[in-house]
Amino acid sequence: MKFAVIVFPGSNCDLDMFHAIKDELGEDVSYVWHDETSLDRFDAILLPGGFSYGDYLRSGAIARFSPIMKAVEEAATAGKPVLGVCNGFQVLLEAGLLPGAMRKNAKLKFICKPVALKVKNSETMFSMAYEEGSVITIPVAHGDGNYYCDQETLASLEKNNQIVFTYESELNGSINDIAGITNEKGNVLGMMPHPERAVDSLLGSEDGLKLFKSIVKHWREQHATTS
Amino acid sequence: MQLLHEPSPAMIKEQKVYQEMGVSDKEFQMVEDILGRLPNYTELGLFSVMWSEHCSYKNSKVLLSKFPTTGEKVLQGPGEGAGIIDIGDEQAVVFKIESHNHPSAIEPYEGAATGVGGIIRDIFSMGARPVALLNSLRFGELKNPRVKYIFEGVVSGIAGYGNCIGIPTVGGEIQFDPCYEGNPLVNAMCVGLINHKDIQKGQAKGVGNPVLYVGASTGRDGIHGATFASEELSAESEAKRPAVQVGDPFMEKLLVEACLEATKHPKLVGIQDMGAAGLASSSAEMASKAGSGIEMNLDNVPQREKAMTAYEMMLSESQERMLLVVEDGSEQEFITLFEKWGLMANVVGRVTDDHRLRLLHNGNVVADVPVDALAEEAPVYHQPSKEPSYYQEFQKQKDYRPNVTDYSETLMNLLQQPTIASKEWVYNQYDYMVRTSTVVAPGSDAAVVRIRDTDKALAMTTDCNSRYLYLDPYVGGKLAVAEAARNLVCSGAEPLGVTDCLNYGSPEKPEIFWQLERSTDGLSEACKDLETPVIGGNVSLYNETAKGAIYPTPVIGMVGLITSLDHITRQAFQKAGDRVYALGEAKPEFSGSELQKFTEGKIFGPAPSIDLQLEKNRQDQVLGAIRAGTVQSAHDLSEGGFLPALAECVFGTDFGAEVTLAGKDVLAELFSESPSRYILTVSEENAEKFEKLIPEAKEIGVVTNEKQILVKNQQGETLVNESVQKLEDAWRGAISCLVKSKA
Amino acid sequence: MMIFEVKVTVTLKEGVLDPQGSAVQNSLHQLGFDTVEGVRIGKIMNLRIEATKDSIDDQVKEMCNKLLANPVIEDYRYEIEEVVSS
Repeated sequence: MKFAVIVFPGSNCDLDMFHAIKDELGEDVSYVWHDETSLDRFDAILLPGGFSYGDYLRSGAIARFSPIMKAVEEAATAGKPVLGVCNGFQVLLEAGLLPGAMRKNAKLKFICKPVALKVKNSETMFSMAYEEGSVITIPVAHGDGNYYCDQETLASLEKNNQIVFTYESELNGSINDIAGITNEKGNVLGMMPHPERAVDSLLGSEDGLKLFKSIVKHWREQHATTS
Repeated sequence: MQLLHEPSPAMIKEQKVYQEMGVSDKEFQMVEDILGRLPNYTELGLFSVMWSEHCSYKNSKVLLSKFPTTGEKVLQGPGEGAGIIDIGDEQAVVFKIESHNHPSAIEPYEGAATGVGGIIRDIFSMGARPVALLNSLRFGELKNPRVKYIFEGVVSGIAGYGNCIGIPTVGGEIQFDPCYEGNPLVNAMCVGLINHKDIQKGQAKGVGNPVLYVGASTGRDGIHGATFASEELSAESEAKRPAVQVGDPFMEKLLVEACLEATKHPKLVGIQDMGAAGLASSSAEMASKAGSGIEMNLDNVPQREKAMTAYEMMLSESQERMLLVVEDGSEQEFITLFEKWGLMANVVGRVTDDHRLRLLHNGNVVADVPVDALAEEAPVYHQPSKEPSYYQEFQKQKDYRPNVTDYSETLMNLLQQPTIASKEWVYNQYDYMVRTSTVVAPGSDAAVVRIRDTDKALAMTTDCNSRYLYLDPYVGGKLAVAEAARNLVCSGAEPLGVTDCLNYGSPEKPEIFWQLERSTDGLSEACKDLETPVIGGNVSLYNETAKGAIYPTPVIGMVGLITSLDHITRQAFQKAGDRVYALGEAKPEFSGSELQKFTEGKIFGPAPSIDLQLEKNRQDQVLGAIRAGTVQSAHDLSEGGFLPALAECVFGTDFGAEVTLAGKDVLAELFSESPSRYILTVSEENAEKFEKLIPEAKEIGVVTNEKQILVKNQQGETLVNESVQKLEDAWRGAISCLVKSKA
Repeated sequence: MMIFEVKVTVTLKEGVLDPQGSAVQNSLHQLGFDTVEGVRIGKIMNLRIEATKDSIDDQVKEMCNKLLANPVIEDYRYEIEEVVSS
């Protein structure tokens, strides 16, 4: 399976994402610079964390206009798995590939620490390796992770089972403690916590690895049936 | 700061304009002699910044020469952007610490942020990939609202810059003391990794080679920053201050990537950061080091503001700028390389062979001075030194013993002292995990960062208990180095070398110069004995306010090598049933201790004594025991002594401890801060092997499954029996509580 | 073609919690300005645009909707002023 890690000017978790896929998951992975225009050769698209364009104006607001974003949109439409982590999530929100928006953390401070997450939906292509309702430990590191959407959107997120992860205890002011959501189709996931930072027990947690394994498992199953 | 009419050379001399730039009468005469004529305003500006303490070390040079700076692993000692030490396999570690005290006192967020940005540039300008940041911070007491404002601003400034650029802030230290009120210390350290073949130097070699200016454009910010850093802070500082420099971590992120690509380009000749004294120091130093000269046309310097003068352009300290020298004919290749990263690169000059810095502006030669005079020939002063009267008095107060009746209550109080309390309020604002290599996060004795694709890791720490240095600069200097090395050893590392940031008051005061002299004696001795050469650093003098000077604060940044990931050791207890050992003798030394400060509200008396040979032997023993796989956890005893240290070992775990004190003097056993001491835990099956390796270690108890700390004296009477939860809550909450409290 | 100075003000939508605004309001209360209510923090952007009189309004609106504001959480307003060359 071939993964793409999109690199915007100011991305800084691209390296971590790359090594998580290559070293821990053992799959094929390449960096893709923001001014490229095609993602056809990839099976899954990863938008890493960081501070694309310095987070100037709003997190993700400038990166969403990068040439590569058109290809990301196409990949999403084609049903390929698209994962945005932290700044990647913010870019997906700004691009309208996921509903809602990010505000500054309620206490206005950057928060970096491992947090407990509840797996609310284990039926997505990103979470099928987890047990529903289980609690996992994955680090967060963000200043603008306070998720917001209006009541109508929230109701539809809940109805369609699009909320995949929630914080076990109040963290940053996010509405309903939302940590990660998918699009309606379930092939685009945005989440503030960093699964790529939790793939090696040496660094404290391996709980994020199952997320990437889910993507691979789903892809293999699909390709086993179609071929 | 815009000067429409610069004073003429004659006016400069007549009206002593040079004094406003911090140039003395004698120094002005020297400049006149060097040039053989009167300097113009721009030339005088060049001399004033290059001869400031910040750039020339004119007051500290005589003392810095005492430091051991060589060793078989030292690849680059002091003199370049940062020092380099070999770590085997054709790899090396690059590190340096630098102060940004005065800017942070005035504008804490930007002051701290640009301090971080500056030290990162020092590392990647050597060709190294920056992999970790540390910060050594000093503030007044948190009860003061202005201190709180500075503290919060500095922490968010560090976070703002480090988080954005994507280099983890993995450690450091914070101390609070009234002497830093109004003059906080913000010392930033950066650690980088490099392959031997990629090591760069900041040299302008090769006559005719083009000089490239890269990065942000030049504005009027920070003009005379280096001179400003070399003066005492006063009420006037506010008015006198140059426009505050504002950092742009996004620009620097691009600059890191682009410069690291450029340093791999075979046609790069030299690269240097435009740090303190900006274009003036980078160009003069690059030429001086190479034995060449540089001619620059300032019309080609990218400018952010209108009608900038040569003086302003040369002295500006605008951030995120680099100076490169490349092979003639290759300039376009580099310009294209930087363009890919969205950065501007302009040819601003050429290397010459006449050893002069010649500047052209609007078609005129606006400065023409010998580069060595600027970079190398600053006057060197040996300031008069005088032992302060307080010192002899302290030496006599040997018998001080605090009065403690309730040990539990004292423990509770000490754990809430901001210097001891958990710093998670601070480090949870830092991204300490980005680059996914941080094995031991902030909060342990030293931070540990793995080296990808190897079985090795680096341990790093910054340390300096300035209270001891105030009581006795000589002994205190030794204690600072020893503590740093001990912290590394506790994490399983062999100490490699030191970068130091010497923060003191005004060297023109004999009592302060005495502190400098005595403490550098102590530091040098310890660095020799512990085999940790000084490979670079920074001097920050004039840290004074109307209320007086800060304590002498030579911050020691130290890096160690962990040769196998299996050796990585933490302070936290690992398993119930493990045996607890105490190593080292607790003497009744309470002067300068956290307990003295708490009970007396001040510090006095002689600093605790240290035997460097014993220190070294013990470090070797502990490292040997760790490498032999016999040690489960290791923690160095420092502020607060044994009891707070024991508590720190169980915080964040599911364990408790049950111990019996190793000696009879209960007060000393619990709270003395005598150096060269450790708390170690060892599993049952390794106990015999461990005891053979460290026969002096005394078994004092056991790690328990109950979250309770139980301490008994040798008669078996209970001295302390406290719930870990209660202690931990107090320890964790203390700083955020102080920050939130209203003045 | 003419030159216009445009001042765009972006604020969080009413009903979207503004943590910065709340912090500043609390701070003002602590300083004794206890009658202050409704503090909201926003951004001001100054733009200089060359355009025709007919198109300037649509251009600015499009810029706001596309980039300068995030319609999910932010409102915007703007003032357009013609630069009179001297």
